[in-house]
Amino acid sequence: MKDVPSINQIQDDIIEEFAAYDDWMDKYSYLIELGNDLAPYPEEHRTQQNVIEGCQSTVWINAELQPDGTIAFDGDSDAIIVKGIVALLIRVLGGHTPSEIVDAELYFIRQIGLEEHLTPTRSNGLLAMVRQMRLYAVAFKSIENK
Amino acid sequence: MSPDIESIRSQFPILGQTVYNKPLVYLDNGATTQKPQSVIDAVADVYVRCNSNIHRGVHRLSNICTEAFEEARRAVARHINAACAHEVIFTRGTTESINLAAFSFGESFCAQGDEIVITAMEHHSNIVPWQMLCERKGMKLRVAPIDANGDLDLEALGRLLNGRTRLVAVAHVSNVMGTVNPVARIVAMAHAAGIPVLVDAAQSAPHLPIDVQALDCDFMAFSGHKMYAPNGIGVLYGKESWLDRMKPYQGGGEMIEKVTFERTTYNVLPFKFEAGTPDYVAAIGLHRAIDFIGSIGLDAIAAHEHRLARAAIERLTAIDGLRLIGTPAQRAGVVSFVIDGIHPYDIGLLLDKMGIAVRTGHHCAEPLIDHFGIAGTVRASFAVYNTMAEVDALAAGVRRVAEMMK
Repeated sequence: MKDVPSINQIQDDIIEEFAAYDDWMDKYSYLIELGNDLAPYPEEHRTQQNVIEGCQSTVWINAELQPDGTIAFDGDSDAIIVKGIVALLIRVLGGHTPSEIVDAELYFIRQIGLEEHLTPTRSNGLLAMVRQMRLYAVAFKSIENK
Repeated sequence: MSPDIESIRSQFPILGQTVYNKPLVYLDNGATTQKPQSVIDAVADVYVRCNSNIHRGVHRLSNICTEAFEEARRAVARHINAACAHEVIFTRGTTESINLAAFSFGESFCAQGDEIVITAMEHHSNIVPWQMLCERKGMKLRVAPIDANGDLDLEALGRLLNGRTRLVAVAHVSNVMGTVNPVARIVAMAHAAGIPVLVDAAQSAPHLPIDVQALDCDFMAFSGHKMYAPNGIGVLYGKESWLDRMKPYQGGGEMIEKVTFERTTYNVLPFKFEAGTPDYVAAIGLHRAIDFIGSIGLDAIAAHEHRLARAAIERLTAIDGLRLIGTPAQRAGVVSFVIDGIHPYDIGLLLDKMGIAVRTGHHCAEPLIDHFGIAGTVRASFAVYNTMAEVDALAAGVRRVAEMMK
C-alpha cells in the first residue's frame, strides 16, 4: 500500500489551509507563493504538445507514468497566480494512479473560492489543463488495462 | 465648467455597490459603460407602456413604438450631424456595422486585385471583416504602420493609397492605446485619391464630439453600449450616395419593397439595410443615452476624461518598472500599461480583488500587441462618472500589486 494521502485528503488539507485566510489578498499572496515554489518546469517538456493556450495566459502540463503505476505531473504558467493554481492541481492529482485521477471529484477549487478561474472563458487555460490531466490519466489507464 | 461628477454618479445605480467588500472602481469603460437610470427606465417603460413591433402595425402601440424608434434615429443623426436621418442604419453594434459595410460595399464596388487599407492599431472588428472580403474577392489587405509612440504613420498610409485601393478603414480612437487618429486628414488624403473612408468610432463616439460632415467620412460605425446605452444596438452611418448604390446585407422582412418568388425589390434607405425586427427597445434607450450625454456635453466629458487619463499617467509612471504602452500625441481616456516581470493577467486578478475593474490581455487587437512584443496590457478606460479618487485607487492598487510580486 502506498503511504500517500488520498486525493480527497489532500483536497481537505488545502481547504483547511485556505480557511486561515479570510482576506482575498492574503489568499492570493499564498497562491503567488505556491506559484513561486512550484518545481521548475523541465525545459524539454516545453513542447507544442504540452502547451494549453488561454486567451490571456498559457499553461504547460506534462505527465509521466511512474514505475509504481502513479502519474507524475509537471506544470507551469506564464501568469504567477495561474501557476499557483497549477501547483495546487499537481499537489492534488500528482502521485496517484490513473484510476484514482479519473474517478476524482475536484471539489477543493470551489471550496476555496477559486471556481472563477475554472469557468469556461478560456482566458487562462486552467479548465483545459484539468481536462488534459484527466485525459492523460484516461490514456495511461487504457495502457494499464492492456 | 467642470461637470458635477457626484451628481452624475448618482444617476448610475450600479456604481454604488461594493465588490469583495470594497467600493467598486469601474475602469473598464472601453469594454462597456454602465447605464444611467434614465436609460434603464426608458427600456422598462417600453415594455410597461408601448411594446409593439414597429413599422408594420396599424394599431396604437405599434405607432407609438415606431415613432419612438424613428425619433431615436433622428437623435443619432443630430448627435453626429448626419445630413439626414436615413443615413443612420441601426445595427447590433460596431462589429455588425463594419461587417455590413464590408459585405455590401464589397459586393457593390470591389473586384479581384483591389485593395483595402487599414492600420496596425485596429480592433479585430476592423480587421477580420475586411480580411473576409479580401478572401471572398481575391483582394489584398494593406496595413498602414504605427510608430513607437503608437501614432499612425500618415506618410506610410499615403504611400499605400493607389488606383486599386477601394476603401480606407481606420479607428478614430485606438481601444488599446487611446491614440486619437487625425481622421479629417486621413479622409482628405483618401478623398484626394477618390477613395472613401470608414471610421471605427466605437471608442470615440462616447468620448469626443463627432461631426460626420466636418470629418467628411463616408462611413462611421459605433456601438450604443459603450456610450451609456443598452446592449444590442449600434449604428452604421453612411453617406446616402454610397448607401444608395450598395447591395443589401441580409435579406428578410422590413428590407423589401415587393417580394415574389421570381424577384424581390428592395426598400429605400435606411430600411434596405435593416432586415428583420430591429432592437427598437435598445434604440429608444440609445436616444435617452444621447440625451444624457447632451445634458453634460461631449466637450465637458472629453475634458474630464482627459484630466483623469493625465492624472493616471502621472501616478502610474511613478511606479517602478511600469511602462506605458502607447504614448500618442493625442490621447482619449484610455491608458494601457505593463509592469516588467509581471503578467498583465496577474495584475488584473489582484486589482479585481481590490474592487478595481480593469481589462487585461490583447483587447481584441492581437496584431498591435504583437507589434509591441508583449503578452498583453492592463488597460484602464475612463467614463464621465469616474473620479480622481478612483484614479488614486487604481495607482495605489497597482503599486500594491507591484510590491506583492517583488
